[in-house]
Amino acid sequence: MTDMTATAGNRPGIDALRMTKYKSPTARGRLPALITFLPPALLLFTLFVILPMGEAAWYSLYRWNGYGTPTEFVGTRNFQVLFNNAAFSTALINNGLIIVISILLQIPLAIWLAVMLSRRIAGVVAFRMVFFLPYVLADVAAGLIWRFVYDGDYGLFAAIAGFFGVATPYVLADRDLAIYAVLAVIIWKYFGFHMMLFIAGLQALDKSVMEAAEIDGATGWQRFRYVTLPLLGSTVRLSVFFAIIGSLQLFDLIMPLTGGGPSNSTQTMVTFLYTYGVTRMQVGLGSAVGVVLFVICVTIAFGYKRIFMRHD
Amino acid sequence: MTETSSSVRISTGTRIYLYLSLSLVAAIVLVPLVTTALGGFKTLGDLRLNPFGLPDEWVWSNYLDILFGDRYWRQMMNSLIIACMTVFLTLVVSSMAAFCFAHMRFFGSNQLLNYFLIGLMFPAATAILPLFIRIRDLGLLDSYWGVILPQVAFGLGMSILLFRNYFRNLPEELFQAAFVDGCGYIRFFWYISLPLSRPIVATVGIVTFVSSWNSYILPLIMLNTESKYPWPLGIMVYRGEFGTDWQLVLAFITLTILPTIIVFFLAQKHIIAGLTAGAVKS
Repeated sequence: MTDMTATAGNRPGIDALRMTKYKSPTARGRLPALITFLPPALLLFTLFVILPMGEAAWYSLYRWNGYGTPTEFVGTRNFQVLFNNAAFSTALINNGLIIVISILLQIPLAIWLAVMLSRRIAGVVAFRMVFFLPYVLADVAAGLIWRFVYDGDYGLFAAIAGFFGVATPYVLADRDLAIYAVLAVIIWKYFGFHMMLFIAGLQALDKSVMEAAEIDGATGWQRFRYVTLPLLGSTVRLSVFFAIIGSLQLFDLIMPLTGGGPSNSTQTMVTFLYTYGVTRMQVGLGSAVGVVLFVICVTIAFGYKRIFMRHD
Repeated sequence: MTETSSSVRISTGTRIYLYLSLSLVAAIVLVPLVTTALGGFKTLGDLRLNPFGLPDEWVWSNYLDILFGDRYWRQMMNSLIIACMTVFLTLVVSSMAAFCFAHMRFFGSNQLLNYFLIGLMFPAATAILPLFIRIRDLGLLDSYWGVILPQVAFGLGMSILLFRNYFRNLPEELFQAAFVDGCGYIRFFWYISLPLSRPIVATVGIVTFVSSWNSYILPLIMLNTESKYPWPLGIMVYRGEFGTDWQLVLAFITLTILPTIIVFFLAQKHIIAGLTAGAVKS
């Protein structure tokens, strides 16, 4: 491998190439390259991504505890159990709720901050860094920190309630409130990422359009509503896409906060899969959740891109 | 790039509004983090009476006990080993495969690329049970490899795509010159493509490292000896053990996120760019 420069010296260089109008050179070592370069990726990917997904589809038709081979064929029983399970319905609703809240609260917040940070004021870099910080932290750490914040005895909420002299709320232990507490943490954790998308989107905008609007006498809000926002369309669609994907795989953040409780009120599809499939080794049921999740993911990956992002 | 006149001259009113809004959001981000760090310096009683403010008296022992024990360092090492191996393998395996897709057309090459891109569509959680059974049957349960290999495999779709797009945009003349000079594909990859690809190596490396360093569900399912736990698992065990001794848990959380925060502050430009580019381009 070290004789490359020597070889290069003995052969006609770039000038010769130009003179001979060399077309589509056939390089040496095509087959050896293919044989050494492709198999590692192919093997890893097939073994740990594709086969497990296929096996999930297979196992989902069985009742199996994971030992030996699956023999007890139950057809679509696992799916029936799943869709009649109240906790799984809650999980589906929660996943939907997270997406809706992201679109209604998180994305407007991200756009608002991005627009502010695109102004020429001092400290923009520092603010940007602070807002992005929660995104870099591990979900587990963020979840535990907020578990403390929400703690009814020691947390910030306890202190605030004490200050106003009201009874200390145990937010995470309240069946009706817990999911909103979780949603607040999700926004806290992820708004910075969406904000960065919009900052990048704003930087790519054509500034002359803005100037034209301003010369025509558009107010700040009008400029934003009728010029900036429509031009940010593709970024909004991208941001919604990430919000959906993020919601569908949400697990790490829920576990330290509530573990899916109280009484399953904060389950998501993945925490449901873990609680009912993994910890109880119900391979069939857990695989059925995986299949449902897979179908939703693939539908969204194809459908969303085809419908909303075809011009982007 | 020309700035609009409005962004050059900002009225005092607007300026106050901007700084107030931004500071409010910054406070919401920072208060939980700062309280966590300060909470580690308090006694439990102090924490209960005064979770917001500075400690009544600074208790260093919470932090020092963790730092002088081996538990914290072991977890950090475990995370570091797993993350570094994951990054190394991902870079090697995906750049080699991407090179083939970027420069060679062979039978079924497009289909094969699409095959890898399936991996972009669903998270590892979908197939977690069959994955567990596979790792168990391979005898890799409770070993670093049981975490590393699936992590690499699930990152391949994105990394191959990023590398392939980058390789394709390298100037065509380089290839022709090198090939005419008798340089084969493998040497070309090693001596020309890779050295020219530092930006994309950084992007893939950062995305892979951060997601491995923070990952929870894979190690949770594949590892069951505490001495092998990476920190996100270890921190949950610690919290389970010390339950309501929040001052200890807070000190432990602070120390585990400290490396992330330090590295982020030192290299924030690259990390923000890497994480957003990694997501958007794929």
